[in-house]
Amino acid sequence: MRLEVDITGKTFRSAAGGTHEVLAPVKFALQSGEVGVLIGPSGCGKSTMLRIILGLDHDFAGHIARPPEARIGMVFQEPRLLPWRSVEQNVRLAAPGVTDGKLSELFRILELDAHRSHYPGELSLGLARRVALARAFAVEPDILVLDEPLASLDDALAGRLRDEIATLVASRPVMTLLVTHSLDDAVRLGDRLFFLSPRPARIVAEVPIGIPRDTRGETEIAAIKASLAQRTQGDRIERDVS
Amino acid sequence: MLRLLSFALFLVIWWIAAFLVGGAKLPSPPAVLQVMIAEASSGALFLHLGATLARVALAFTLAMSLGSAIGYLMGRVKLADRLGDPWLILLLNLPALVVIVLAYIWAGLTEAAAIAAIAINKLPTAIVTMREGTRALDRSLDEMASVFAMPRWRAFRHVVLPQLAPYIAASARSGLSLVWKIVLVAELLGRPNGVGFEIGVAFQLFDTPRLLAYSLTFAAVVLVIETLLVQPFEARANRWRPRAA
Repeated sequence: MRLEVDITGKTFRSAAGGTHEVLAPVKFALQSGEVGVLIGPSGCGKSTMLRIILGLDHDFAGHIARPPEARIGMVFQEPRLLPWRSVEQNVRLAAPGVTDGKLSELFRILELDAHRSHYPGELSLGLARRVALARAFAVEPDILVLDEPLASLDDALAGRLRDEIATLVASRPVMTLLVTHSLDDAVRLGDRLFFLSPRPARIVAEVPIGIPRDTRGETEIAAIKASLAQRTQGDRIERDVS
Repeated sequence: MLRLLSFALFLVIWWIAAFLVGGAKLPSPPAVLQVMIAEASSGALFLHLGATLARVALAFTLAMSLGSAIGYLMGRVKLADRLGDPWLILLLNLPALVVIVLAYIWAGLTEAAAIAAIAINKLPTAIVTMREGTRALDRSLDEMASVFAMPRWRAFRHVVLPQLAPYIAASARSGLSLVWKIVLVAELLGRPNGVGFEIGVAFQLFDTPRLLAYSLTFAAVVLVIETLLVQPFEARANRWRPRAA
């Protein structure tokens, strides 16, 4: 299974009548089992790109080749849970085929056991994010899309959730697309990093990471970050991504 | 408890007023109760009440289902909104009496004419409420349903309908009170039975006890339906909302 993205441009007409270029030509491909990371400054058009890839926005120039039967699991920037359905119902509605065993396992990994029958309004943002993750994994996706899943969480929680994402991604063959502006998340989770320019977004650098994710220790991660900083005129990327 | 007390206070005021004004203009509670019992034991009360309730049920269901469907369409499809809007404004501002009289002239003094006239009076407010509800739907949840490839019906039932439920409840409540009022006028003008018809008769005879007996029974039924049907539905629709402290 392979995802090919070939966007030749996307413009947006403002209410005042002017046109704004949101995306410059962007072209990349992703294989099953790979974690691709789109990394770039806020407002560079990452979310627009995701909407196009997901088929939510058809008003663009270019072509997206995505297997039509591919199941998609998505974690949106904000959790987007149904407030009028319980945690368990939220997951089951998106993934009607999920077995009780699989669901229990997911809830155990994400520490949601105690919250099954709670409504999203009763959850903290961190918990709601985890429910969104559970929902995305419960569909057993072929393509997993994570849009800033760790934004606005404290470091400890973000770190734990990142480990959980790594565990879940490793547990089955899935093509993952992670959008983030954190270099740290990108280096810890990604197999291939796509650095995006400010608006209109284009890919300024594509960096594969050779070391398998589970053998990346703190020293390797620091080394990768250092080499990245060197390679792409360090301070510019650091400034863009922080 | 407080409600009962409030009701008792109402009875007391009524009784005192009846005593002051005199029985011909305002009969006392026992006098009205007596008529109620007489009418109930002859079966006439239930017959007329039943006829009125049947009309309310039919007209209300018709207007709610049709109005909700049209309102949803107008909220979702811009073209439908543009085409429907002038009609809607016309209907909203058409006096109930005009609709009823015209319906009787065009369709004869029939049951169908009465029910259609009542339904048409309720229709535009049902449309407007549902259109507002549809416009307020959360797009981001639609996108979520689309990304997770939820089938249409499941998405409608679990994503859209719960968002519309408060609007449906509001529309049902305001619609019901509108229908309660209009059904009596329609019956007064062109039906041989129903609470409205009985009130017309009582008016012609200046029979105040009879008039009050019918209107109060009717009001009681409305109250029961409101508390037993409409309010529980509203509570259920809003049960997921965190309660106000």
